[in-house]
Amino acid sequence: MSPDKLIYQANQIATFFKSKPHAEGVTGVADHINKFWEPRIRRQFFAMIEGGNEGFDPLVVEAAANVRRPSPEEKPAA
Amino acid sequence: MGLITEIDYGTPESKTGKQVTLTVDGKTVTVPEGTSIMRAAMEGGVEIPKLCATDMLDSFGSCRVCLVEIEGRNGTPASCTTQVGEGMVVHTVSERLDTIRRGVMELYVSDHPTGWGENAGTGASEFDRMAEKIGLSENRFGVEGRNHVVAEDAAAGGGVAPGEGALTIDYMVKDESNPYFTYDPSQCIVCSRCVRACADVQGTFALTIEGRGFESRMVASMNEDFVDSECVSCGACVQACPTDALREKAVLEKGMPERSVVTTCAYCGVGCNFKAEVKGDEVIRMMPYKDGKSNHGHSCVKGRFAYGYATHSDRILSPMLREKITDPWREVTWEEALAHTAKEFRRIQHQYGRGSIGGITSSRCTDEETYLVQKLVRQGFGNNNVDTCARVCHSPTGYGLNTTLGTSAGTQDFDSVEETDVMLLIGANPTDAHPVFASRMKKRLREGARIIVIDPRRTDLVRSPHIEAAYHLPIKPGTNVAILTGLAHVIVTEKLYDEAYIRSYCEWDAFEDWAEFVSDPRYSPEETAKVCGVDAETIRQAARLYAAGGNGAIFYGLGVTEHSQGSTAVMGLANLAMATGNIGRNGVGVNPLRGQNNVQGSCDMGSFPHEFPGYRHVATDSVRKIYEDLWGVALDKEPGLRIPNMLDAAVDGTFRGIYIQGEDILQSDPDTTHVAAGLAAMECVVVHDLFLNETARYAHVFLPGSTFLEKDGTFINAERRINLVHKVIEPKARYADWEATQELARALGLDWNYTHPSEIMDEIAATTPTFSGVTFDLLEREGSVQWPCNEKAPLGTPVMHINGIVRGKGNFVRTEYVATDEKVGPRFPLLLTTGRILSQYNVGAQTRRTGNVAWHAEDMLEIHPHDAEDRGIRNGDWVRLSSRSNETTLRALVTDRVAPGVVYTTFHHPETQANVVTTDYTDWATSCPEFKVTAVQIAPSNGPSEWQREYDELTAMSRRIARVEAAE
Repeated sequence: MSPDKLIYQANQIATFFKSKPHAEGVTGVADHINKFWEPRIRRQFFAMIEGGNEGFDPLVVEAAANVRRPSPEEKPAA
Repeated sequence: MGLITEIDYGTPESKTGKQVTLTVDGKTVTVPEGTSIMRAAMEGGVEIPKLCATDMLDSFGSCRVCLVEIEGRNGTPASCTTQVGEGMVVHTVSERLDTIRRGVMELYVSDHPTGWGENAGTGASEFDRMAEKIGLSENRFGVEGRNHVVAEDAAAGGGVAPGEGALTIDYMVKDESNPYFTYDPSQCIVCSRCVRACADVQGTFALTIEGRGFESRMVASMNEDFVDSECVSCGACVQACPTDALREKAVLEKGMPERSVVTTCAYCGVGCNFKAEVKGDEVIRMMPYKDGKSNHGHSCVKGRFAYGYATHSDRILSPMLREKITDPWREVTWEEALAHTAKEFRRIQHQYGRGSIGGITSSRCTDEETYLVQKLVRQGFGNNNVDTCARVCHSPTGYGLNTTLGTSAGTQDFDSVEETDVMLLIGANPTDAHPVFASRMKKRLREGARIIVIDPRRTDLVRSPHIEAAYHLPIKPGTNVAILTGLAHVIVTEKLYDEAYIRSYCEWDAFEDWAEFVSDPRYSPEETAKVCGVDAETIRQAARLYAAGGNGAIFYGLGVTEHSQGSTAVMGLANLAMATGNIGRNGVGVNPLRGQNNVQGSCDMGSFPHEFPGYRHVATDSVRKIYEDLWGVALDKEPGLRIPNMLDAAVDGTFRGIYIQGEDILQSDPDTTHVAAGLAAMECVVVHDLFLNETARYAHVFLPGSTFLEKDGTFINAERRINLVHKVIEPKARYADWEATQELARALGLDWNYTHPSEIMDEIAATTPTFSGVTFDLLEREGSVQWPCNEKAPLGTPVMHINGIVRGKGNFVRTEYVATDEKVGPRFPLLLTTGRILSQYNVGAQTRRTGNVAWHAEDMLEIHPHDAEDRGIRNGDWVRLSSRSNETTLRALVTDRVAPGVVYTTFHHPETQANVVTTDYTDWATSCPEFKVTAVQIAPSNGPSEWQREYDELTAMSRRIARVEAAE
């Protein structure tokens, strides 16, 4: 996925959860990503968060701690 | 099996509780009070002759052949209009009655020359049967009526045109304009059954009786040809006609059918039951089944008439392969196609990883077929990369209703509308997209219910004959959440909510939090009005009516879900229903009108990448164990890729192969250029479909599909009703779709041995709690059931949330309005929204290959006269429609149905491809595309866009099938 699209979608989720109490919002964003984002997308997400998290909504950055880390990329046979 | 003839009781069932006992021809009959003598007699097995009566319509009392004698009463009353009385003694046969009936019938025959003793028509009409039953043996009055064909010409089907023969000045020629039925006025006996069917059953009011005496006949609209009239071609009049005045062309051309099979329509989410009537192995006509619990004997133009695609010459009946998508197709055996696919899929997984392939299930296929595709992906591919077209339509319904009510299920059955007092219709156009249910809504509205319509367009339920919405809120596309929160503001601040209901059935804390949120002045009608572009006072009135007008039922469609806030809007609807206590009984509820015949079923069957059948997340260990034990493999606990993710991953190079059953993602999904790029990047695209659809231009393997007429299984409609689909004819391409998937699974090394779809349903029932009571035997016995169907509800659940919300307590959710980022500006000042039209269905693959093109041969762009004039656009002009994504051209239809600033089109034709211009914005929760809002500009144009020209060339290239030279 293009980085812009990933940031956009993460921020869209955060926008919905912003109207909730803060703690609930943080859990809400993380739960949503855990439930619906395939490991490849979560891997890209972590790479981007760790690479400076530019463009992400603060709620997404905060929620990242609760997002499940996908298992390392499966190495295809040769 | 022979032809199924349903009993016609002559008048509708009486629904009163009190029973009345009477005697008919010596038989004792007990029926509910209010029943007609005619119906009571039929229930006792005594058929009284009749012409103007049929049990789909209220009695009319015009034909005078159903007369009876009642002991102790004078005269010979009509049995259709006379109600039963306690202890009544009725005689239906006597010398006097026979004489009267013969006399009446003789007069009819004198004015109906071709229907009696002639070869015209079918010779098998109700009229012919009645003439025989009454024992008519002579016609002393002659047949030279002023409206008759000249006798000698009648056999040739001809006649004398008005003015050319003194005796036939009132003769009207046959109307053959409708593609599916003919109207021969000379055979009309003016019983008004067609007129009443059009009014009472269909609710269109297109037909009337014109003239007096010999001049009097039924005419369409202002005596126009049927095809040009207001007629919507639902066929209710043809079904009602007792003569052959209105008759299916197929019956006249090919003769009466010989056998029938009851099955379920494969078009929209209403899920009508039909009798498929067959002669040899050819379907002659589809007759709506009166016992069908969703349609009760009614149908629309698609279900009844538009089945011709099943035998269209475009159907591909042989599997095909090609190395590259630029090569011509090569016909191969099933064995070769399946072995090649299996080899390619395994190669790709070996090379790029387990997650590099996936599948798409179809909302047009059966539950059993869908179940098998997701099983193939999870068990055979070893990942969860399975998705379905519900992604692009009702995925927000699942998310929104589940969050608030604890289940994605629509809450009611269709019959529930009979007890509705106020309908709140938002983002749906049922008269076009769910016509048979729309007829039920219209009937209830004529009985006095009221309707609030929230829609950017002035749809037929806003204003059409005998329908006038109490309030129409023509909101700006994209402002659903704002209007719903605005309505909630009025309900909460004016204390119109149902506190007792909320305290009993919902989380009070959540309600208080939500109430505080919606009470904020920024959601007041005045503020909402500014955002939505509607009148503040109307918002107030509409909210009051919904909250306090009696049973309030919400009906909604894709105009709610296909937005970047689709899921939020669905929650907004559930909030309103819970706050007003409109949940958990007949006449109320939140009713998603689902688009495709089995979109409900495909979702139920685990078509989403994050959940197993029955909406259970793949990360839940206990659920995974059920399937791991049964399927004998370890299952992936991570969610898989959604359709847009698959395409993204394909462009990134990590997703290389896909099995697509019965879906045309290139035409139905947003941002066509991105879909095309994704497909083009894959190494093995397998399309399993009836036709070489748009997606197939990027395919390497084509597997021929089967139509609903060629398979057994089940479809689940919008009211969660599990309807049986019965095989009517043998699969034309060897395999029903479930068999083809099974063969593919076997080629991949899986040990699948289903011999009938009922065995697949048994597996579904054994593993899914909401389906645990479902078997094909039960469905055969009951006709259909609505899930949940299990120990707690052995015959299914018509209405959900009775005595408590499934979630435990209903959850109110804050619904903050966030404007879509797709905004109008100087370059793109208009908002485009899209929808459907009655005669066409979805991407049109089926309906474009039927006579339905008579009504909608191309997609048109609706534009308000004001916007048209600004741009110098006249009705019928070619216009260029451009957005930030791309541009296309189509012709303009200037109309005030759309508000200034809004343009509208349908997406039924690949030549226009409305989705070339739609954006890739999606619902925040479910990635459901924002089809309903695109900022566009339009300008006069003189022909197809460059994109369309290139596309046409590619179409021709990609559909070449190599001719195999005969071996010498």
